[in-house]
Amino acid sequence: MSASTEGKAVGNLSAHGQTESTLFERAGEAAPVNRIDELVFAAWAKAGVKPARICSDAVFVRRAYLDVIGSLPTAEEARTFLDDKDPGKRARLIESLMQREEFADYWAMLWCDLLRVKSEFPINLWPNAVQAYHHWIRAAIRDNMPYDRFARELLTSSGSNFRVPPVNFLRAVQNRDPASLAKAAAQAFLGDRMTSWPKDRQDGLAVFFSRIGYKSTAEWKEEIVFFDAAMPAADKAKLPDGKVVKLDPQQDPRQVFADWLTSPKNDSFARCAVNRVWYWLLGRGIVHEPDDFRSDNPPSLPRVLDLLQRELIAARFDLRPIYRLILNSSTYQLSPVPRSRGPEAQQLFAYYSLRQLDAEVLADALCQITGTHEEYSSSIPEPFTWVPPEHRSIALPDGSITSSFLELFGRPPRDTGLLNERNNAPTAAQRLHLLNSSHVRQKIESGPTMREWKRQAGRDAFKAMGEMYLTILSRYPTPGELQALETYDQDHGKDKGANVMADMAWALVNSPEFFCRH
Amino acid sequence: MSTKQTISRRDFLQASLAVGGGAMLMPHATVRAWGAPVATPTPIQPKAKAVIQIWMWGGPPHLDTFDPKPQAGSDYCGPFDKPISTNVDGIMIGQMLPLLAQQADKYAIIRSMTHGNNGHETASYMVQTGHKPGGRIVYPCVGAVVSYFKGYRAGYSGLIPPYVVITQPQGRFSEAGFLGNKYKPFATGGDPSKTPFAVEGVIAEGISVERQQNRRDLLGQLDTLGNAIGDSTELNALGQAQSEAYGLILGDAGKVFDLSQESKELRDAYGRNKFGQACLAARRMVENGVPYVTINYQGWDTHKQHFQQMRRLLPELDRGMATLLQDLSDRGLLDSTIVWWGGEFGRTPKILYEAPWDGGRSHYGKVFSDVVAGGGFKGGRVVGASDEKGENVKDRPVYPTDLIASMYQLLGIDTNAPLPHPLGQDVRVLQNDADDDRPIAPLTEIM
Repeated sequence: MSASTEGKAVGNLSAHGQTESTLFERAGEAAPVNRIDELVFAAWAKAGVKPARICSDAVFVRRAYLDVIGSLPTAEEARTFLDDKDPGKRARLIESLMQREEFADYWAMLWCDLLRVKSEFPINLWPNAVQAYHHWIRAAIRDNMPYDRFARELLTSSGSNFRVPPVNFLRAVQNRDPASLAKAAAQAFLGDRMTSWPKDRQDGLAVFFSRIGYKSTAEWKEEIVFFDAAMPAADKAKLPDGKVVKLDPQQDPRQVFADWLTSPKNDSFARCAVNRVWYWLLGRGIVHEPDDFRSDNPPSLPRVLDLLQRELIAARFDLRPIYRLILNSSTYQLSPVPRSRGPEAQQLFAYYSLRQLDAEVLADALCQITGTHEEYSSSIPEPFTWVPPEHRSIALPDGSITSSFLELFGRPPRDTGLLNERNNAPTAAQRLHLLNSSHVRQKIESGPTMREWKRQAGRDAFKAMGEMYLTILSRYPTPGELQALETYDQDHGKDKGANVMADMAWALVNSPEFFCRH
Repeated sequence: MSTKQTISRRDFLQASLAVGGGAMLMPHATVRAWGAPVATPTPIQPKAKAVIQIWMWGGPPHLDTFDPKPQAGSDYCGPFDKPISTNVDGIMIGQMLPLLAQQADKYAIIRSMTHGNNGHETASYMVQTGHKPGGRIVYPCVGAVVSYFKGYRAGYSGLIPPYVVITQPQGRFSEAGFLGNKYKPFATGGDPSKTPFAVEGVIAEGISVERQQNRRDLLGQLDTLGNAIGDSTELNALGQAQSEAYGLILGDAGKVFDLSQESKELRDAYGRNKFGQACLAARRMVENGVPYVTINYQGWDTHKQHFQQMRRLLPELDRGMATLLQDLSDRGLLDSTIVWWGGEFGRTPKILYEAPWDGGRSHYGKVFSDVVAGGGFKGGRVVGASDEKGENVKDRPVYPTDLIASMYQLLGIDTNAPLPHPLGQDVRVLQNDADDDRPIAPLTEIM
């Protein structure tokens, strides 16, 4: 590769108007643009916290793709967005991303963590049921099933685990006694671990789950979940808010609980839902952790939580307006460069916090930028499951599909359904893998993308580097970066010419700008 | 009581015979054997510093290895009906393990292991955590617990993570349980029988140290976002992880994986195959202070073509494990290193001649064998017994918890010590499961 003059590089880039100072953020102060912002900006002012600036388009396009569809924008998608002059392009992008198939893939993946969707141990759904359950969850998200109906179907369905997939909610638990089922329901729909509940209230909730029968059929691993009227009936149960309700022995008590849970009068159901969406998009809940609602764990922005909860109920439990409200806010669109530091700035979301990509997202991103595939299989149970190479990691249905890469990068085991099972904390072993493993190295050095870049570099080195930046980091390089690349090429390219492009791509992959959301 | 007394006397005799002149160097052992009152066992003096776990992934057949039943007839023994004697009087093992027969004075065979479960996942969990599944707590396995107590907080400062698995993670259950990512094993990847043993991430073939350094410099220059953000908790954590990684890539720590530093004779003795060289790599790691190494030895789930596979696998096991015991002993490491051999269960004693198994063995959790050596376990012993066909426990049932508690005692890990639970629940290293009223019974007869 031979680089042309610096003048040409700068001239080439100035067309995009990109300099170091506007690389990650827009000039000027962030201003409130919607109802979330009015409340949050007031909270910042009150706490004396200075918010970050609004992120640049390059940061936004990457962030929106990663947060909304768990996927990197391609070089072409990034370029189209960056070159678009429409001031409303961010809102348009948000809308279009929510219509994509990957939106359903990604959010189904997150929901499957919560609902413990895996074949074997300690949750034993078994592969057929996992496929059916995952398919149902994904379809509910794709078709935008109202959230109250989603919850009701999971809690009250009866039938075969293969044919009525939501019954698997009551199978995806380590123990099937009423107390354990009640805990699973409270954790999923109230974000409450029940640790601070008095005994009588715990027992009272368990009553709603005390008449569930399970029976097998002639078909292997099929199981029917049903309301078993023959089981002893209690005449009353206690709701999480402390109210006692009378039960009709002819009625499935799960219905009574679901009626209370999804009633527009019940704030706790909607609060848990909106807080979890906020957590998934911003990396931290307004109530944190999002499955630990209790009176002594107050929200950091109570009025925002109130607003979102009311919005969800007003929208008849359509979650998409909540996504829209959050994603279009200045609060969400802040740059990752903090102007106030410390825990308070973090708790009040005064900058976008840097966090490692989810394991599956990282695997897909590495495949996308290198033009390669991952192959997954599951040896649990026999016969083995083989996943076709084109299948994306975010769309893997089964938490039992083994992958040392995904485990290394913190994919949750789906044992307890707690959101902190997904562990994106950095470890030395992860850095080793990304820096120096044959796995990542082969992808970068031998994948089809590298061949293409090398071909381009033969004709126009700067164009090739521009493509590399757009592909890996979703932005154009700065003059300083091009200078560094050119120097590297001059110093090391002569005798080891073939490796320079690989080293450059390697360096970009190993910069936090690639493997972290920012 | 009288039986215990007899065992105790025999213990002493065998211990002093085995140790020979070395007994003088270990006054402790002698004093304990004579001086301890029989009814109340003296607290064990922890001797073990490390564990090498030979994980027999899939479940090894107890009848074809350490619990032969020649009397049971060909429906049980198949072609392996001539057990061989060992270098310990009265102990016979499977005929395919002649080298291990010569090491029998170093290990104890537990022939009465039991948990009754025949599913890989559940059985793996039970055998390696000492708990039944269920409830909302997913317990960490022995490797994670040992690396928690004997790793960094016990002063281990090596760059190699304190819990290593050669070469692939087990995949059947989450090893770290609620302890989380930090206590997951570091999986080496690569193949130790190849040169070099390309430990994933540590050894990169064809990238010179110079190029590693050049690339690292380039990475620093191109970290535009990192430079813009500056000082932050997240970036500092990443920086820390990265410098540890470079310590392994560029420093001397990675040399532990360089098996070419061993003599050709020794490498041959271990067997020039993946398992044999994994044993050698495990020894080198333990020598360098790594407290827990799992050799994930795959291929033992032999439902079909069982005996054909045994003819291939058993000689490999025999050579690798026998050499490991001898080598650890030669280097004075066996006293401080527990070698633990076992899988999630045994295999069906009665051969399944019918289709589709055609002479295979299935899963068998009712009774199976484990082997322990070193680190304070007494060699040349047999604990418990299975019945005449190896189908039931006949004598002294040993549950996974009992064996795990014994290892913890030898490692000096208090079984009642708290473990850090993410939700602050009070969880101890080993406690009985709620439905289990049987007290934990450590293997005092071999400790």
